[in-house]
Amino acid sequence: MAALINVPAKAKRGDVIEIRTLTSHIMETGFRHTAAGDVVPRDIITSFTCRYNGAEIFRADLFPAIAANPYLSFFTVAKESGKFEFEWIGDNGYSSTASASITVE
Amino acid sequence: MPTTRRQFLSLAGGVTAAGTIPVVTLRPLEATPAMLNSAIRNVVGEAPIRTGKVKLDIPPLVENGNTVPMTVSVANPMTADDYVKSIHVFNEKNPQPNIGNFHLGPSSGRAQVSTRIRLADTQKVVAIARLSDDTFWQVAADVVVTLAACTEEVN
Repeated sequence: MAALINVPAKAKRGDVIEIRTLTSHIMETGFRHTAAGDVVPRDIITSFTCRYNGAEIFRADLFPAIAANPYLSFFTVAKESGKFEFEWIGDNGYSSTASASITVE
Repeated sequence: MPTTRRQFLSLAGGVTAAGTIPVVTLRPLEATPAMLNSAIRNVVGEAPIRTGKVKLDIPPLVENGNTVPMTVSVANPMTADDYVKSIHVFNEKNPQPNIGNFHLGPSSGRAQVSTRIRLADTQKVVAIARLSDDTFWQVAADVVVTLAACTEEVN
């Protein structure tokens, strides 16, 4: 459930800022076997969304080829002060959210 | 497959040439296995894919395929009427050809995405960008993997 979010606390209006997110998740591929030969069922995060004051600015569809504890970095233009909301959705009803605020001057 | 100096130089030369004169290709890069090809076609449809604009930063040699850092960037402005809609990353030899789809917009400011991926074998990674005018641009990179991911036994 734990997530690490890196968003600048302050930015000038119009600046392009980098947002980095890291969340803890096993990202079990569904292609691995136990020593007994049983398939380990897939358990991954399938979707990530970032909203800036309610508007979606970045979305990702993830597949088993994304490493465990998915790390994502992307950019956006700092338009106004407010809140970034992050949401991870995955297999077996997995859902996790986080948020970060920014001051734009 | 170890890359010889000759292959490397011809590949590097090809990339430079492609950077200056975009080559229009109607099919994805040569020698792509069927699964990779159909995964790409699922996203692209029948549209032509051009080489260029996209840059894929990935180490050419990785020891551990379980976590490979990767950055895709597209040399395109991000304005209201000319921007990168999405970036799609594919692989050649993992059990599944998709790696990730990343949806951007004009408010992204910069068309660049980083993540960490898994690679099950020494193989090619392909990144495709879809622009707002619905043209597709691609780049491919070869990665040598010494310890594979995805399919190993669970202890």
